[in-house]
Amino acid sequence: MQQGMRHLSTLLDEQLERHGLKDRVKINVSGCLGMCHKGPIMVVNPGYTLYGGLEEPDVAQIVREHLIQGRPIARLVIEEDHLFNRFFRIFGDVNFFGKQMRIALRNCGIIDPENIDDYLALRGYEALAKALTDMTPQQVIDELKTSGLRGRGGAGFPTGLKWQITADQVSGEKYVICNADEGDPGAFMDRSAIEGDPHTVLEGMMIGGYAVGAAQGIVYIRAEYPLAIERLERAMAQARDHGLLGDHILGTDFCFELEIRLGAGAFVCGEETALIQSIEGARGMPRPRPPYPSVSGLFGKPTLINNVETWANIPVVIVDGGQWFSSIGTEKSQGTKVFALAGKVVNTGLIEVPMGTTLREIIYDIGGGIPHGKAFKAVQTGGPSGGCLPADYLDTPVDYESLAQAGSIMGSGGMIVIDEDSCMVDIAKFFLEFTQSESCGKCTPCREGTKRMFEILTRISDGRGQAGDIEKLERLGDMIKKSSLCGLGQSAPNPVLSTIKNFREEYEEHIRDHTCRAKVCPSLIAYAINDACVGCGACKRGCPVNVISGRTKQKHTIDQTQCVRCGLCLATCKYDAIDKV
Amino acid sequence: MLTKDDPKLDQLKQTIDQVMQKPYSDSYLIAVLHKTQALYGYLPEDIINIISVDMNIPTAHIWGVATFYHYFNLTPQGQHRIAICLGTACYVKGAAQIVETLKQQLKIDMGQTTADGLFTLRPARCLGACGLAPVVMIDDTIHGELTPKKMSDIVNKHRRQAKKK
Repeated sequence: MQQGMRHLSTLLDEQLERHGLKDRVKINVSGCLGMCHKGPIMVVNPGYTLYGGLEEPDVAQIVREHLIQGRPIARLVIEEDHLFNRFFRIFGDVNFFGKQMRIALRNCGIIDPENIDDYLALRGYEALAKALTDMTPQQVIDELKTSGLRGRGGAGFPTGLKWQITADQVSGEKYVICNADEGDPGAFMDRSAIEGDPHTVLEGMMIGGYAVGAAQGIVYIRAEYPLAIERLERAMAQARDHGLLGDHILGTDFCFELEIRLGAGAFVCGEETALIQSIEGARGMPRPRPPYPSVSGLFGKPTLINNVETWANIPVVIVDGGQWFSSIGTEKSQGTKVFALAGKVVNTGLIEVPMGTTLREIIYDIGGGIPHGKAFKAVQTGGPSGGCLPADYLDTPVDYESLAQAGSIMGSGGMIVIDEDSCMVDIAKFFLEFTQSESCGKCTPCREGTKRMFEILTRISDGRGQAGDIEKLERLGDMIKKSSLCGLGQSAPNPVLSTIKNFREEYEEHIRDHTCRAKVCPSLIAYAINDACVGCGACKRGCPVNVISGRTKQKHTIDQTQCVRCGLCLATCKYDAIDKV
Repeated sequence: MLTKDDPKLDQLKQTIDQVMQKPYSDSYLIAVLHKTQALYGYLPEDIINIISVDMNIPTAHIWGVATFYHYFNLTPQGQHRIAICLGTACYVKGAAQIVETLKQQLKIDMGQTTADGLFTLRPARCLGACGLAPVVMIDDTIHGELTPKKMSDIVNKHRRQAKKK
């Protein structure tokens, strides 16, 4: 969609009109297929022909040759894709395709997210009807407990237990909240889930409202996701028209209202107590727990907060049963997990795998491995709260306990693959820069400690590292983890600590030898022109500080004393004549 | 700068009137600030004072909230807002080079607006388009798989369009 699909669909519409095919061809605007690297994408049915990388002239060609003459255009067809090949052959019956298994994302890419009839056709709102008419609130909660579903926001708290605690509170006013404040850099699961299938989230929340006795739901979503917000609003309006939202839902006594509240760009608001502060119209600063939001949350009332992916799992648990759900995954982590696979991997996009799938299977079988024949270096899970795992851990199964044991966390589902071209000190610095600027400032260890850690890391990457800096980082990190109030502070040092643990020699090289083996840290590298230079002058013209000299058609040189190491010359050179040394 | 019959202000007042009738009306402060920014492009001081009176919330609290969240601008913005994604995926795929290119070309730092008022440059936390990394969002359009060359071409294109107008 972001690659201009809306424009293409208008074009397609015009073409159909011109050829008089409007009555015979239906354009279905679907949600994310998870294949971001091949977009824009179009599927032509029947036959499940999958087209990718479309440009404007291609649309006319598809209409002319495929739709009218019945000849698919080979040049545009996506073939041999690890992620989705099987998926499209069994369109509509998507229990398994490859190593993926889609529960939370079961409808994404299949239904038209702007049309409730599509959702209803795939057993949509059946779970709500079943809960409201055949089950008591307690039975709904028991079903969840049987399923073993744990919170998908990162911490993995048992969802059934959370619901039970909220349901046990005696209060005339309770709230259900959907946490869609996806702030991890490198994560886009929630956005795609809502854009692709907004009704699932709404249905999950209504079931939650019924189970705990709440009549008001709130979706807290990032303002940066305008399309997701628009689709949620549309879905809410359609649900209301169908009697699925509002008073006396499906003719029962159950009444439920929903409201959307926008976040405003604060990572800490993903933490539940901070999120509540933000909905209340204040600065999003966490407060100590207990009392937990289940007991005293929004406006001091019992509040049930789950994240988007957790909510999307609820209708499945109710329709197919907790017993079935618990058969997927591992003993302690049931079900599936959605990951946003990105970074240095061939197939970037959204995937959903059963718990217990190994990192190797995700990166190599589903992700297609590392592009350009580079070597795998690490995989980062859990965003700024997680850690970097090296190749030794590739066979770690993905579940809450195993990842924690390996020194990282499940997190909300960001998974960034890092290859040999990235410097681990630089990666750690990147995350610390993020957490220190996102720290809300309430607790001193987090506010000041992350800043000091960032200073030390900056010093190391500038080649001014001192003996003992690594130990200082470890000591500071340990202290921040132990003495911070909320999850942000408690996990902020993780990227640094895990890179020190797994890539200590890289830190030592920076400090002792002043070298960066990945050739990333600007102060520790230089750019030099080699003999392949033909003297075209492109680098000279592009240099922002004018330090490249040389005559036309003769080898140029860089004045190292003045060079700011921006790397623009390397990027502009067409003759591979510039080396990083 | 504010006149009595500012149509934008009328719209804002309407929004405030609506939320004041709801329970826990204070909690809609962030929504009102969103509306203000949608109308004015940033949060002007005069407007904050008006919100303070109309919603009966101290200005100190409003400024506290406005400065806490990255989304709110406290200064007027350029005609085109360039948001550079500095999320992990973009970072790993070379966002730093894109930043450098833009800084050189526009001759401004992050958070600043060019002298001609055409561009405002600001960092963005993950735009959620990691599959297309590195990414830049200009106004509401995503530009993906960028290289320094591609980036400066896009800026030049905007400049040419502005000149035509």
